[in-house]
Amino acid sequence: MYPIIRKKALNPTVTQMEILSPLVAKKALPGQFIILRVTPDGERIPLTVAGTDPVEGTVKIIFQIVGSTTFLLNQKEAGDSIADFVGPLGVPTHLDGLRKVCIVGGGVGCAIALPIAQELHRLGASVTTIVGFRTRDLVILEDEFKACSDFFHMMTDDGTYGRKGNVTVPLKELLESGNTFDMIITIGPLIMMKFVVATARPFGTPVTVSMNPIMIDGTGMCGGCRLSLLRDGKRITKFACVDGPDFNGYEVDFDEAMSRGRAYVDFERHAYEQTCNLFKKA
Amino acid sequence: MAIQPKKHEMPTQDPKVRAHNFNEVATGYSYAVAVEEASRCLNCKNRPCVSGCPVNISIPDFIAKIKDEDMEGAYQIISKSSSLPAVCGRVCPQETQCESKCTLGVKFEPVGIGRLERFVADYHNSNATEQPAKPTANGHRVAVVGSGPSGLTCAGDLAKKGYSVSVFEALHTAGGVLVYGIPEFRLPKSIVAKEVSTLEALGVDIQTNVVIGKTLTVDELFDMGYEAVFIGSGAGLPNFMNIPGESLKGVYSANEFLTRSNLMKAYNPDSPTPIMRGGNVAVVGGGNVAMDAARTALRLGAEHVYIVYRRSMNELPARREEVEHAQEEGIDFRLLTNPVEIEGFTNPDDPRDPRNGFVTGIRCIRMELGEPDAKGRRRPVPVEGSDFVLPVDVVIMAIGTSPNPLIKNTTAGLDVNDHGGIIVNEDGITSREGVFAGGDAVTGAATVISAMGAGKLAAKSIDEYLSAK
Repeated sequence: MYPIIRKKALNPTVTQMEILSPLVAKKALPGQFIILRVTPDGERIPLTVAGTDPVEGTVKIIFQIVGSTTFLLNQKEAGDSIADFVGPLGVPTHLDGLRKVCIVGGGVGCAIALPIAQELHRLGASVTTIVGFRTRDLVILEDEFKACSDFFHMMTDDGTYGRKGNVTVPLKELLESGNTFDMIITIGPLIMMKFVVATARPFGTPVTVSMNPIMIDGTGMCGGCRLSLLRDGKRITKFACVDGPDFNGYEVDFDEAMSRGRAYVDFERHAYEQTCNLFKKA
Repeated sequence: MAIQPKKHEMPTQDPKVRAHNFNEVATGYSYAVAVEEASRCLNCKNRPCVSGCPVNISIPDFIAKIKDEDMEGAYQIISKSSSLPAVCGRVCPQETQCESKCTLGVKFEPVGIGRLERFVADYHNSNATEQPAKPTANGHRVAVVGSGPSGLTCAGDLAKKGYSVSVFEALHTAGGVLVYGIPEFRLPKSIVAKEVSTLEALGVDIQTNVVIGKTLTVDELFDMGYEAVFIGSGAGLPNFMNIPGESLKGVYSANEFLTRSNLMKAYNPDSPTPIMRGGNVAVVGGGNVAMDAARTALRLGAEHVYIVYRRSMNELPARREEVEHAQEEGIDFRLLTNPVEIEGFTNPDDPRDPRNGFVTGIRCIRMELGEPDAKGRRRPVPVEGSDFVLPVDVVIMAIGTSPNPLIKNTTAGLDVNDHGGIIVNEDGITSREGVFAGGDAVTGAATVISAMGAGKLAAKSIDEYLSAK
């Protein structure tokens, strides 16, 4: 069992937890993920590591309550334990040699973008951060991003905080006004990452995207997390769990990834409703 | 008394009934039938059956004990050589191993060795009360990577010799392919759990949720004080055919489909694990894994299940018994048939149609057998213009796996072959000092018992290595 040391609501639908798992805390690097199960017989879900404290032995995770398992996880409090916690999985984000980077995060994806921004800042790189949320109430980690960013842009879809519009608006302005970046690192909804790539394309700036497909074992055994890259006109199958989660944004077939992500939508909605009802009755 | 020419039949659930449940297909010999079957053994001098067993169980000796109705004595003989008797009695291909060498088999059917082994193990598991005594510790520590058949065997053999053994398992449950791959109806998970708890009683320490190559590396295991490491991490990434449509929703690797059903318990209707049930299913491949996937799909509620295999029945690599069971249950074998494309639904007028991107069928081409290849198997050749579509909702690719790169990539000095399999010598010794390996991580996808044989061999080599130190 893996004890929850601290829990904090970042907004009404996003929760941060610190879980005691000394081996993972010692090893995890920005961009890597863990897989957890809340209860025995529960679902395995991948969550990207949002930070670690190797001395204390804790791993920070930030999750949005979107389905049955994240709902159950959010029912747990500090002092409770979860059944399983394994990692760190995946390849860490490549940060070597990057001097000037633009981080583009969307929604809960910002939780994953933050440790990358912090690490780049620590390494002395110039960090420009663009974060986007649907509305003011959903904004998370603003102070943390400001602390590690040389330039910071806040966007909301409805204009209730920061500027109104998508993250691609300031990105395009920056690129058009002559800013250059060694790399754009983007993490968030697939549709957002797809448009970040489209925005960067005319300028030829390299884009790294972080993929978070449906996954089971996370160690390269089941192949459920496969996605297609288009490289030199050829379609290549990759496994996000061992080859990723980071990929060259220009190669990823986003439409296919979005379609595959919806494979169990009906099942998930039903499971979520059932779990919620269970707690309403209790 | 004249020898009964045929093996005593294995009682099985009625095919019509079992096609809709996950209970074990074969229900096992009764006490009386086991004793009768044991009396068929000639107890011949040259004991060819023993040489046919990858772990060299003293087969005639344990059978003699059954004849004398000393079932615990029989169990003790088996467990000297095998750490997983209840598993082997169920999933070993005895017809090509011990039973193929049986002297009785020259004139009649061989002795039902596998069925007897299973009986002895089940009898022990339901009747024995005492736990095995912990051997005296010899002070040496060994790390085993992976808790599948090779790892458990290696750990068990070393623990019996007094080694302090830790097994590191990446998943949340010990057992490897025995729990994620082989379905409940062939190998109940309670039996695997029982075999694992027997090893724990011997002092084996099993640590789940540790991925070697990620959570810890092989080098760190040595730093932690382990003096030898056995790598039994199993097969890895599933193979696909690289035909159009393999990314459609409803296309699974057999590993994913079976993992969802077995390890993640989708076979239980109350499980939170999603899996596509019902409809028509095509399983591509002809091995045991393909049979398992097809029969699992049927039990999950599929209306019609096809096996699509490019060669003919003679070349089908699955165990004969599994093929017969599948046929009895109504699996539709489409032989000399090869997929060329998986077709999916697209609504040209509505890109948001929820049906978009789901499998609708598998386009196949008929094959005929041509000249034999290097291995002597006749090569299947497509018949031009013979393609047709099988309407299906789910396609399961059961065409093998490629070794997992996690350990190779993080262990300096560990040599692998062109396919990514770890290179070992005839004693299970790798190119890296103190590191041993066996099972699918070395050979690529093979059988449970061959992995157990490799685990056993490595345990012997590790014992020699550490004794000489």
